[in-house]
Order: sequence, then C-alpha cells, then structure tokens
Amino acid sequence: MGEVDTKGVVLLDFWVSPFGQRCRIALAEKGVEYEYREENLLGDKSPLLLESNPVYKKVPVLIHDGKPVCESLLIVQYIDEWWPHRAPLLPADPYARAHARFWADFIDKKVRPPYADASYVLWKLKGEGHSAAKEEFTGILKLLEGELGDKKYFAGDAFGFVDIALVPFVCWFYTYETYAGFSIEELTPKLVAWGKRCMERESVAKTLSDPHKVFEFVGVLKKRFGVE
Amino acid sequence: MDPPSSLKLLGSWADSHTHRVQLALKLKGLEFEYQEEDAINPSPALLLHNPVYKKVPVLLHSDRPVVESVVILQYIDETWADNPIMPADPFERAVARFWCHFAEDKLAPAVGAVFSSSGEGQKTAVDQVHDNLKLLERELRDGAFKGKRFFGGDKIGLLDIVLGCGSYWLAVFEEVMEVKLVDPGTFPVFHAWLKDFEEQNEVKETIPAIDKLLEYARGIRQMMLSLSNGTSTTAPAAAGTTSAINVAVDGRSG
Repeated sequence: MGEVDTKGVVLLDFWVSPFGQRCRIALAEKGVEYEYREENLLGDKSPLLLESNPVYKKVPVLIHDGKPVCESLLIVQYIDEWWPHRAPLLPADPYARAHARFWADFIDKKVRPPYADASYVLWKLKGEGHSAAKEEFTGILKLLEGELGDKKYFAGDAFGFVDIALVPFVCWFYTYETYAGFSIEELTPKLVAWGKRCMERESVAKTLSDPHKVFEFVGVLKKRFGVE
Repeated sequence: MDPPSSLKLLGSWADSHTHRVQLALKLKGLEFEYQEEDAINPSPALLLHNPVYKKVPVLLHSDRPVVESVVILQYIDETWADNPIMPADPFERAVARFWCHFAEDKLAPAVGAVFSSSGEGQKTAVDQVHDNLKLLERELRDGAFKGKRFFGGDKIGLLDIVLGCGSYWLAVFEEVMEVKLVDPGTFPVFHAWLKDFEEQNEVKETIPAIDKLLEYARGIRQMMLSLSNGTSTTAPAAAGTTSAINVAVDGRSG
C-alpha cells in the first residue's frame, strides 16, 4: 500500500464518457496499471456493472481487489488517497482541499454531456428554450474562467482535482460550438488555453477522445432518440 | 491550528444542511458564532461569501468561507483531527461519500417531492422514497454497514450526520401529509438507527423541536395548496414558495 500496486484494478467504462475519462487521467497520473473494460452505453449492461453499481447502474466503476467504488469524483479521490505518494491530486492544505472539492462538485453538477441530462436541451430544443440553455451554459463557462483566472491550472502550478473534473469536456467543445453556434475560444479564451495546456500532459492527451468522434457519437445519439 | 473562536456559521434554523454543520461542530467540541439567514432575503455577508449558490450553510473560519455542507464537514474533520467523523480507510471513505451523494441526489429530492405533490404524483413520490430507503436498509442489513450501530461504526460519522440531519423531515411529512414513509416493519434496521441517532445528546441539542418543524411544514404546505388551488399536481420542488422547503430538505434549488 502506498506503492504503485498493479494487482486487481479494473475500470468499467465507456470510451467517450467524460466521467470515465476523469478516472483514466487520475490512474495515468499515478502510473497505476489497470484493466479497462468497455461497457456499451447504447446496449445491455454487463452483469458485473449491475452487481458493482446496483444503485445507479452506470459507469465508471473502479473495482479494486474486488471492491467497487462508484461516482467519478469519488473514484478520483479514492485513487489519490490509495496512491498518495505520486502526483498528489488534491492539495495538502484543508482550506485548499475544500476549495477544490467545491469547484469539482460545481463542475459535476453543471457541466454534463448530452446523454446525461440538463445540457441535453442544447441539442434538443429550438427557439427560446435553446437560447436560454445556451445562455446558462455560457454563464457556467464564464464563471469557471473567472475561477481559473491567470493561473496555469485551477489550483495554481500543480495539475489536480478540478482540472481532472473539467478537462474531459474539452473534447466536447467542438460539438457544443457546432450545435450552439458560438465560439468558446472567443467567449472564454483563458479556458481554451488551459485546455491546450492540459492536453500537453500525456495522461490527458492519451485519454481524451477525438473531438470529431465525439461529434459523430452525438449524431448517433440524436438518431437513436429521434431528436431533431 | 487556529483558536475555535474564529468560527462563524451562516445558517437557517429549519435547514437540514445547517444542522449537519452545527452537529459536526458540536461533536468536535468547537465553539462558533451563529448568524441566522432568511432564505428569501440573503444577507450581504451570505452573498459575499457564497456568490455561486447564495445559500446556507456557509462556514467562515478566520473570515475564509467554506461552502457546501459535505465539503464543510470534511474541512472540519481535516482541520480538527480529534473525534474523527471520516473513516480512516480510503475504501470506507469512498463508501461513506457515495451514500452521502445518494442522500443528496436521490433521497432528499424524493422526500421533497412527497411534500410538494398531491394525488397520483404524491403516490409516485412516496414509492420513490420507499425504493431509496430499501437500498439503504439493504446496505445496513447485509452490505457495507452490516452489524454496525451507526454508519460510522460505534460513533456517529459523516454519513450519520448527512442522513440523520434531514431524516426528521420523514416524521414531519408523515404527519403533515398523512403518509407512511418509514414503516418500522419494512425498514427495521433504518428505523432503529434513526431512533438511536436521535437519542444522542449532540443531536438532541441540534435538531429543532418537532412541533416547531411541524408548524413550519404546515405553514408552507398551506401556502402551496392555496397557490395551486387544490389541483392535483406533481410540482417538483422549484422556486417561489417551495424554495423554503428546498432549503429545509435539500439545501439547493433544483
């Protein structure tokens, strides 16, 4: 314990899930080897998934020596606490930790992919509903940019918890822009610059999906759910 | 470690999230100043220290704000190490946090929906509360918390605080709405835990008297019914009159 432990770490995930990607980035930062198992979000859920996450039946689930941990931000904290010696993801100071937890929680509540819930309206609605959703979304991005400010990462010089919570959504920017008809770079240039900085890290570059593949996936979802 | 006299809590008397923080501070033996906030009319201090959500509770420690009750509880635990409320083991911590998330994400909204709905909508809401309680009951009986007196073990911990401060609304709504939510026959372990929790001295000192809570709930229910003209509706807790219940039960809007 405390050393990099490669025994029995399994991640149940789905390739484009930003929540799963948070976990993959954390594991990569820590240098932990694990078995990745793809679940088909558009098909049947595996018995292992249903057994490991009976409450929500969702990915990601981290199974460590047979014990399941659910909820992506809880998984990231677990990874940080189980492998504390390398690449700490949360700051040491309790006040800074509280600050990081607050913002990660905010991101978790407010920044969601279209198959999750609220931001789905960006794709679904036309007219007034659509522009209200767009306004809400740009408000959230601006708030996040305000919090980032001129720092390298959200916590300062060290890549960490809040960055991990948000960065998987960077590969969704192209999709958001195309559907919503705005430029995120124009709106929140510091956030876009931060995204590019994060992409210079191997853990992020190897994890995030190709933005065009994300766009294709949303197209598949739209057909599937008969949205136009 | 700063002297505890540098602590100030902005809260609301009927808000379960405020009670969580009060209880944690009591369990840690920490003294603090308390400022009552009106949910409909937040003070400048509240707006200053919680600009994102503009809600209670806010804990000020040497004038630095900590916001979101579960974040505050962990902050308190990490700053004052005596009488820990978090488990030491990372897996147990993940489990405790998971059920806290469940309490906020599934259970609290279901309980709120019981209160703010009527007719068919209320029946659905009651069923959802029961489904959620079944999951907890199973975990207490056979799962992660099997054989424990409290979710935290021998002593009250994070999850007891989060679930317990809010579960009194179950009894209040049972009375005001005349529905059965926690039947001891169906949920014996949960029921026993709740009774045990409510008997703890620190809990008795924190949670308002049941008759005050009943009066409060009845007042809001009256307002809601008169506004909807008695039509059957499954109004999910949202802005306006139900914001007060939101504050009480689940501490946020929507």
